[in-house]
Amino acid sequence: MGIWSCIGKTLDEVRQSLYEGKSGIVFSQERKDAGFRSALCAHVEMPDLKPFVKRGPRQFMPEEAQYAYMATKDALEAARLDQDYIDEHEVGIIYGNDSVAEATMRALDKFREFTNTSACGSGAIFQSMNSTVTMNLATLFHLRGINLTSSAACASSSQAIGLASLLIRSGLQDCIVCGGAQEANMFSVASFDGIQAFSTRENEPTKACRPFDRDRDGLVPGGGAATVILESLEHAVKRGAPILGEVVGWGFSGNGDHISTPNVAGPARSLELCLKNGGISDVRQIGYVNAHATSTQAGDGHEALAIAQNFGDYRVPVTSTKSQTGHEMWMAGASELIYSMLMMQNGFIAGSLNFENPDEETAQINVIPETIEQKFDMFLSNSFGFGGTNSTLIVKEFKS
Amino acid sequence: MTREEIINQVNSVLAEEFEVEDSNFAPDAIVKDALSLDSLSLVDLVAIIQYTYKITVPVSDLPKIKTFNDLYDYIEEHLQK
Repeated sequence: MGIWSCIGKTLDEVRQSLYEGKSGIVFSQERKDAGFRSALCAHVEMPDLKPFVKRGPRQFMPEEAQYAYMATKDALEAARLDQDYIDEHEVGIIYGNDSVAEATMRALDKFREFTNTSACGSGAIFQSMNSTVTMNLATLFHLRGINLTSSAACASSSQAIGLASLLIRSGLQDCIVCGGAQEANMFSVASFDGIQAFSTRENEPTKACRPFDRDRDGLVPGGGAATVILESLEHAVKRGAPILGEVVGWGFSGNGDHISTPNVAGPARSLELCLKNGGISDVRQIGYVNAHATSTQAGDGHEALAIAQNFGDYRVPVTSTKSQTGHEMWMAGASELIYSMLMMQNGFIAGSLNFENPDEETAQINVIPETIEQKFDMFLSNSFGFGGTNSTLIVKEFKS
Repeated sequence: MTREEIINQVNSVLAEEFEVEDSNFAPDAIVKDALSLDSLSLVDLVAIIQYTYKITVPVSDLPKIKTFNDLYDYIEEHLQK
């Protein structure tokens, strides 16, 4: 696992932030001055790639590919996959990404200013394709297996991990670099702000993202990148890899409904399919649910009903780590899997910040408001996106 | 702009953009070699000249620019137009 996020740039930093309930949300004067309705966002530091990547290939990397590079470099190191091994074996990549807004905007601004296509520069074409992350990482790390970008809105990287697990189970691939990246610049979310989806609690940035709370008033945009290495058990054992967990189930569904307003039936079917595919006969095996919950009225309420519908009488502990990180969108499926893994490895559940009062719908689930010490060995993670794309993963701790 | 000003500015801008430590390029040095340009990064050279001097360099003119002296000449000539 490797991550570059607003609550830490190493697994240790992130674990500590989760445990302490640290928020990565800030007020951005730059966004306010630029005309944002809500100037709240996660603060994500830009990495310096100069020590690792030469000038030429760096020109092809927009912000999100740079985050993804750092997360992937760390994930490969942690998984003890060095370049020599990768050069001798087929390793693939499936990564979630669903926008390249700033890179596209800057290139086309140059084109329009100078009325000359060369003015876009050499990197523009490679920076301004949705597959920029996979094309850059595959080139830099010499990945010769499947090379695919998953664009499924806020379920992008959850779908990437689910799809990779399927390819590995089917024997088509042994090892796949998976993850998700999200550009954190203001241009990438200006139009999102335009539809009034963001919290306007600007005087209290760290209290703005309040999933499941009665007084939630919208999401806060985040960013960064998260990478996990998926491989078959046989492959992992053979090369002596440190095995952290097992993806036991993937479920997915489409709402076939409104483009932005989620329903209950779609997410509920995603959970149901995931439980079924994972062979989970008793939902009490699931010790923790990392919810998609972004802090919007409709989304959180409907997800609560979908969880309650699948878990019945069992009040499984539920939190949304977005309360700390904001909505990491294309990155969220992968980052939230890492957040949940860190909790599972360290025996705690990070409290869902700002959950003070439930409403009628969210009262139907067991939201944990403050960090608790709790051991669990299996968790479920939801990711839902615009257009009604839903993805659910179940991961189990690996015991040899 | 005097020729000396052009030389200083071009060397400084290119050294920074292409991350070359020493910006004292020999006038007869080959630009592509000194800056380690390939077919893609050559586009960046064209773009930088365009941003810095508002001079459009048609692809057909690129063969004329081999050495740094050629580049200074090209910029000097087109700045005067």
